[in-house]
Amino acid sequence: MAMTGVLRPGHAIVRVLDLEESIDFYTNVMGLVETGRDKLGRVYFKCWDERDHNSFVIQQAPSAGIEAFAFKVRTKADLEKFDSDLRAYGCPTERVAAGDLLETGERVRFKIPTGHLIELYAEKKEVGNGMSNVNPEAWCAAAEKGIAPTRMDHCLLYGGDIDGNQKLFKEVLGFDLVERVKLEDGTTDLAIWLTTSIKAHDIAFVRHAEDGKLHHVSFLLDSWEKVLRAADIMSMNRVSIDIGPTRHGITRGTTIYFFDPSGNRLETFSGGYQWYPDTEPVTWTWEEVGRGIFYHDRKLNDRFLSVVT
Amino acid sequence: MVYHVITIEDTGETYKCDERISVLEGMENLGKKGIPVGCRGGGCGVCKIEIVSGNYKKRVMSRDHVSEEEEAKGMVLACRVKPLGEMTVRVLGKMKKNVCKVAEQPVEV
Ligand code: FES
Ligand SMILES: [Fe+2]
Repeated sequence: MAMTGVLRPGHAIVRVLDLEESIDFYTNVMGLVETGRDKLGRVYFKCWDERDHNSFVIQQAPSAGIEAFAFKVRTKADLEKFDSDLRAYGCPTERVAAGDLLETGERVRFKIPTGHLIELYAEKKEVGNGMSNVNPEAWCAAAEKGIAPTRMDHCLLYGGDIDGNQKLFKEVLGFDLVERVKLEDGTTDLAIWLTTSIKAHDIAFVRHAEDGKLHHVSFLLDSWEKVLRAADIMSMNRVSIDIGPTRHGITRGTTIYFFDPSGNRLETFSGGYQWYPDTEPVTWTWEEVGRGIFYHDRKLNDRFLSVVT
Repeated sequence: MVYHVITIEDTGETYKCDERISVLEGMENLGKKGIPVGCRGGGCGVCKIEIVSGNYKKRVMSRDHVSEEEEAKGMVLACRVKPLGEMTVRVLGKMKKNVCKVAEQPVEV
């Protein structure tokens, strides 16, 4: 592994119903840093501790949901190799020109079996985290504005053929399976959590009747204390909370699920364990899926499986 | 504060809703039930209702769940509608239990 190939989630492009309201929410409640707007009307954000120009992009549209989710790869040679490997695997790709997204290099874009658009790119302008690379401070004012997550961490997507996704992410992109939930039959996966790093997950999928759906985009916080602080900020701002603060059995992160003003689910979470390539995957059986998803409630809420955008 | 009485026709449930909040939030705030609650942001579609009578103010809602024609006929998302007077509504949305459907799907290898 040693962090080559696909490095990490790079950006999520999310559709919103009312741009101005969403800009206000992502800036002042989430505490993301706005880094630009383009001529298509897309608005760019990063988390305060991220160094690249953007990790979260919103665009106004008639419906909510996710437009694309992208991963940064280590080198331009990696980008070329993944492009040809994807085609050889039977997955058509297209190129999106450098600069289409602000300060972002050329992207390789492809559709995965669940119908979602995934992008790879090697270059994005480094704008820094507001602190020097020489003798830096521990944090800066932006770390306390709003919820202020440190990074965009992962996403959970819903669609039909999650087995096809797992095969593609493992065989072509070098991801590994970390955890899974089995359906009643004991063999079919209801859900899978995949990593390309030592994180417990970089992307996850749940089997669902409809393709191309977003369950949540997740943002990382430093501590359980900050998860509670995030919940307070949500209540102060009357943010729609789905569930939490609580803990996931799966990946062991402490979490809140909540919704942006267009109904896109977001997560702020902290913790979870670290994974190495010699770790055996964890399996959750159908009977205990409730405890797997929500460790304290120990039951699924209706919204977890049916409310998506 | 101005409140309006909302009646959910399907169950006969009634509640008073502050005109500054949505018909869905008004129901939830009082622990009432009847309209399914999802994202509360006009994105997921589970709170879809039909306005049987009454005046209301609405905000932009997802076209995946409410077409222009439907919206013109008073089919809306309850989380995007605030009452301007007494209202009667009928529930159209459902909390789909997709996982049950999935469990019945044949397993592909
Ligand atoms: S609750 Fe999601 S659209 Fe109203
Ligand atoms: Fe998550």
